[in-house]
Amino acid sequence: MSDPQPPKGDAPGANEPDADVAIEEPAAASPEGGTATDDVRATASGPGIPAEPGEVQPPSKWQTMLRQIATGNAIISVLAVVLALLVGAIMIAFTDERVQAASGYFFARPGDTLLAIWESVAGAYSALFQGSVYNFRRDDFLAGIRPLTETLTFATPLIAGGLGVALAFRVGMFNIGGRGQMLIAASVAGWIGFGFDLPWGIHMIVALIGGLVGGALWAGIAGLLKARTGAHEVIVTIMLNYVAFYLVSWMLRTPGLLQAPGSSNPKTPAMNPNAVFPDLLGPQFNLHFGFILAILATIVVWWILSRSSLGFKFRAVGINPNAARVAGINVKGMYFYAMLISGALLGLAGVSQVLGTVTTGFTAGIDAGIGFDAITVALLGRSTPWGTFAAGILFGAFKAGGFSMQAAEGVPIEIVLVVQSLIVLFIAAPPLVRTIFGLPQPGSKPKRSRKPDTKGVKAK
Amino acid sequence: MSRTVEHHRVAPQPDALATTVVTSWKAPIAFAIFTLIALALAVFAPRPGETTYRWSRETDAIQVPDLTVPAMQALWAVVALLAVSTLYSVLLVRSKRRVPLWLIVVFALLFMFGFLTWAGAGSSLPMIGLLFGSLSLAVPLIYGSLAGVIGERAGVVNIAIEAQLLSGAFTAAVVASITGQPWLGLIAAMVAGMLVGMVLAAFAIKYFVDQVIVGVVLNVLVVGLTSFFFSQVLAPNAAALNTPPRFDRLHIPVLGDIPIIGPVFFRQTIIVYLMYIAVALVYIGLFHTRWGLRVRAVGEHPQAADTVGIRVNSTRFWNVALAGAIAGLGGTFFTIGSGIAFNKEMTAGAGFIALAAVIFGQWDPIKATLAALLFGFASNLQNTLSVIGSPVPSEFMLMLPYVVTIFAVAGLVGKSRAPAADGKPYIKS
Amino acid sequence: MKLQLRGITKRFGSLVANDHIDLTVEAGEIHCLLGENGAGKSTLMNVLYGLYQADEGEVLLNDEVQHFEGPGDAMAAGIGMVHQHFMLIPVFTVAENVMLGNESTRAGGLLDLPAARAKVNEIAARFGFHVDPDALVEDLPVGVQQRVEIIKALSRDAKVLVFDEPTAVLTPQETDELMAIMRQLKAEGKSIVFITHKLREVREVADRITVIRLGKVVGEASPTASNAELASLMVGRAVELTVQKDEPKLGDDALVVDHLTVVDPIGQLVVNDVSFTVRRGEILAVAGVQGNGQTELTEALLGLAHHVQGSAVLDGTELVGQSVRNILESGVGFVPEDRTEDGLVGEFTIAENLMLDRSESPPFVRAGNLQRSHLADFAREKVEEFDIRTQGINEYVQRLSGGNQQKVVLARELSRDLRLLVAAQPTRGVDVGSIEFIHKRIVAARDSGVPVVVVSTELDEVAALADRIMVMYRGRIVGIVPGDTPRDVLGLMMAGEVPAEGAAA
Repeated sequence: MSDPQPPKGDAPGANEPDADVAIEEPAAASPEGGTATDDVRATASGPGIPAEPGEVQPPSKWQTMLRQIATGNAIISVLAVVLALLVGAIMIAFTDERVQAASGYFFARPGDTLLAIWESVAGAYSALFQGSVYNFRRDDFLAGIRPLTETLTFATPLIAGGLGVALAFRVGMFNIGGRGQMLIAASVAGWIGFGFDLPWGIHMIVALIGGLVGGALWAGIAGLLKARTGAHEVIVTIMLNYVAFYLVSWMLRTPGLLQAPGSSNPKTPAMNPNAVFPDLLGPQFNLHFGFILAILATIVVWWILSRSSLGFKFRAVGINPNAARVAGINVKGMYFYAMLISGALLGLAGVSQVLGTVTTGFTAGIDAGIGFDAITVALLGRSTPWGTFAAGILFGAFKAGGFSMQAAEGVPIEIVLVVQSLIVLFIAAPPLVRTIFGLPQPGSKPKRSRKPDTKGVKAK
Repeated sequence: MSRTVEHHRVAPQPDALATTVVTSWKAPIAFAIFTLIALALAVFAPRPGETTYRWSRETDAIQVPDLTVPAMQALWAVVALLAVSTLYSVLLVRSKRRVPLWLIVVFALLFMFGFLTWAGAGSSLPMIGLLFGSLSLAVPLIYGSLAGVIGERAGVVNIAIEAQLLSGAFTAAVVASITGQPWLGLIAAMVAGMLVGMVLAAFAIKYFVDQVIVGVVLNVLVVGLTSFFFSQVLAPNAAALNTPPRFDRLHIPVLGDIPIIGPVFFRQTIIVYLMYIAVALVYIGLFHTRWGLRVRAVGEHPQAADTVGIRVNSTRFWNVALAGAIAGLGGTFFTIGSGIAFNKEMTAGAGFIALAAVIFGQWDPIKATLAALLFGFASNLQNTLSVIGSPVPSEFMLMLPYVVTIFAVAGLVGKSRAPAADGKPYIKS
Repeated sequence: MKLQLRGITKRFGSLVANDHIDLTVEAGEIHCLLGENGAGKSTLMNVLYGLYQADEGEVLLNDEVQHFEGPGDAMAAGIGMVHQHFMLIPVFTVAENVMLGNESTRAGGLLDLPAARAKVNEIAARFGFHVDPDALVEDLPVGVQQRVEIIKALSRDAKVLVFDEPTAVLTPQETDELMAIMRQLKAEGKSIVFITHKLREVREVADRITVIRLGKVVGEASPTASNAELASLMVGRAVELTVQKDEPKLGDDALVVDHLTVVDPIGQLVVNDVSFTVRRGEILAVAGVQGNGQTELTEALLGLAHHVQGSAVLDGTELVGQSVRNILESGVGFVPEDRTEDGLVGEFTIAENLMLDRSESPPFVRAGNLQRSHLADFAREKVEEFDIRTQGINEYVQRLSGGNQQKVVLARELSRDLRLLVAAQPTRGVDVGSIEFIHKRIVAARDSGVPVVVVSTELDEVAALADRIMVMYRGRIVGIVPGDTPRDVLGLMMAGEVPAEGAAA
């Protein structure tokens, strides 16, 4: 048990070399095994000759390593990002007016077109970088590094939400209800945040807990329905998104509930200062205490998944609920608990929005699409806690940089959505990326034949 | 559970096991809840006055008389009838019999009538406008749900209906604006929807990516693409690129003059008439043609289909593409169907309501269409009620489709059984 | 039609499932393909049927080389297959299933259902049975479903018919009827390939027998060969399936099952009013054809079934109505029938699988934390003790062979303090070497005083292990008889006939 990287759940996850193989071939993750029927496996070892370990020499360590680098996840992830940025570049270039103008006389002076393309793309991406990491145009370090803190601020709810989605993934569930859970959590936390007058610190904690409970319970509805009636959580969480949206919209325009007194806008009053997350780096930076909470959440999720009994049961249910049930694990209970925790994490994303990022009162758009972004973050992070953390920071950088790209270069922020979703699509389909870059397909040799079982016509 | 009733399930098979009847308390419980809701309306929120149902417009050749009912008396009568139905269902279940579908339908209609009467108390409900608007709002939902039904019947979950609608709306607006031809816009929309469907199919079938994941990501991608191009290209050149012509309403002779039915169903645009045809074609196609038999076989038991020589993955691919084209056609409603310029995220979740209709409609094109009509009705009712001064916050009416769907998937309403291989990739050796 | 396979070789990665196999089947002949589970019979047939592509070799029909890209080509060439796992769509009617892929249509592309119905009736009538063309397949008993498969093949004018383990799900009576159908098909001039591992059936209908072992043809035999000859050809050595075991040292009644009934979700009484007793130190074997309630009986004992009536008392504790967890904790060990589905988490390591049903409490969990070093020690010990062939305790269990996987399950269950062991099909899909090992461990558990319930559809296994045999048919107990009851008596009982001398023991 030296390094039990938890195996992935139902959805893509994990960082073992065969994780992406599992995505390509969900039914069978390895030549010998997968869901191969016993008969096939008996053929493999042959009756009377149980598992000859000597027959297939295990590859040496460094061979394995080389192969992992060439075919494994790390390079696929990097290439997916590169590819997505490339597509983004093409979109930027083609819609740039200077490029269009120059291409009008392309055959006369092709250099102009190429230059225009270079300028538009380089301008956009350098604005993206300077808006998300370090701004070289600022003189002093503190001002220059501000974009990085912005990145972390944007990353905070993405990490929290991504963890929530990832945890549900590992239990074999797809929580698409991030939007609803964030809205409910934000409403509860916000209501506590502006409607009460509690001492500094305590107020924040009460509001935080209220938000987490709100998110947990909202997701818990989906968990409960799945456990009790078998209702598919994908459908229920999607539907609950809209229910939450309309519910919150109604509360926001109803005086006495969430609407700011004396206002006719569907917006809440500003948060009580006592409830607001403290700034981490002083008032000139937006980075707030929520980021610490996101780090803590990552650690907690890591502990749950790889070190705790609960996580053991979660993972067992996620991979094989039937076997888990036969082993006495309360599968339905696990679905419910997982959704509670997942909802609480998405709730944390919602709370960090209202108590950290937008403390001047919020509207029904407070979720800012983070509920869906969280899915892509979890997928990019392969449903592991630290992978999700890293993915959250990357997408946080895209968001932070996207805004400055829009401001500086006039490139619409939506390009970020495109790049983000392309990254996830590419990562989910490693063979596609390998084909595009001409990399070797791992296990391509036995690929055709490795899963005779899934044929249904069982070899006997 | 006692073994009171024993009978053979399949009469001609002497080998069949002895059986008993498994009954469920879901229907009586749901009945009781709705009865209590109606009762609560009557007790806690009484609304005096009369409700008038108007069945004609002044311009109609044949006038149908209005129906006027005293609101509270009608509501109390409904409550009583609902209570009787609930009791009857309890008795049925206690004697180990199932609650029949007709009772559920009658119950739903009664509740609806009670609610409408209560909500419309003191004013008159323009039923023609209400129904006409319901049908209009249901158009993209119906196209979307047809797309969902075809995809899922073939075994591919289509969460990307929203993306297909949106891409259809976008492409239709742009192409129709440039060419001035709504027909070209319509065809372009189908192509765009089909492309989204093909991407979904390619990732799901060739690369075995989880279909829900691809669907969700495609939704984000198409929102990103259309919004990007809207901001970057359409907005600065709105006159040339985003001023779509619209389809005119066609009054169908004779049919359009029938009271009530005519103004609702036969004074619509070509998109609506195409929809009637599409629903009929998909229904007949799925259940009475070779195409449908094969599509369903592939979605239920791909291995079995493979062993009789049906090419599973290409069948799936082309049907998901077809579904995408249908959804893309539905997307035209938002722009050239209504004469509205494209705007960011203008489908506003219609794709998800369509998905809800697929499930609520139990993967059946007719039932899904009815579900979509119901959802369209709910959302237009909200519009109508807010005009006459609604006693119910509009948000709760808008919530209705989603809540109803949650009840449906929880099995509280009807029994849903998805195609057996829905969402599962078929991996050939 | 004459079928020839020449030098068929099929590899899955590094393993060779079929190694240069030659086979010739003449028209009007029933040719048996005999071999153990996993010998490569079905792989061969899937190559023939176009489901797999052979790496080497060729298929000839009437001396013409065929190239099958898929099953469609094979069918067009006149090959029909009755699959072991029926390739029927449960929610379609019989007629729809028969016409699928071969549909006749009327004007406008509409399906011609009347024609399909007529075809079903015509073919069924030819063989003297009746199938309702409009019945949903899922409503039909398995025996009838199999006939639908046969009709489906014949409706496409198949000249070569492949029966893949067709009797696995049939009662002896249904098997006899199937044999009659096969003989009639033979009389019509069809070539028939009959795949099985059951010797008696082979000797009954075969004209020729080809035996396959480890993917190779190891010999041909005539139907007059003795069982012993066929068996030794099939497994390659003298079969020693009987386990050395002493007389049981019987203790008190441990498990008392009283009027137990299990109802499935559609209301069928899959276990119907069953009562029996198991004493400490004895093995009760539950015999019967697959699907006669044995699986559901074990699930009910484990608390896995819904809708259970009656009682099952273990050492004074009622099991019915308890959660699975409580039942496991009261000392019930369970080896499920389908280990990949119910017994193991494939993408968990061996070590993790060894603690799968002890994830709540010490020694593996303390204060909610996994005790990973303790688990590692425990796993190493069990891998050693149960001779689990693996590269290490952190290997994914799905990478192990069937026999080694089963040893993981057994190691997990036997390492708990057991008061009852329930083992369903403990050696299904397990190599011979592991079978002996597993049988020995089960007998050892019995000798240590644990009451054991073994469910098996293999009479060999039942005979090897049982102190007493309980035969189930259609959810009921036909009788409970001594362990040395002759096979022919057991065979009759498995068909539902109560033995003349009455249920003894």
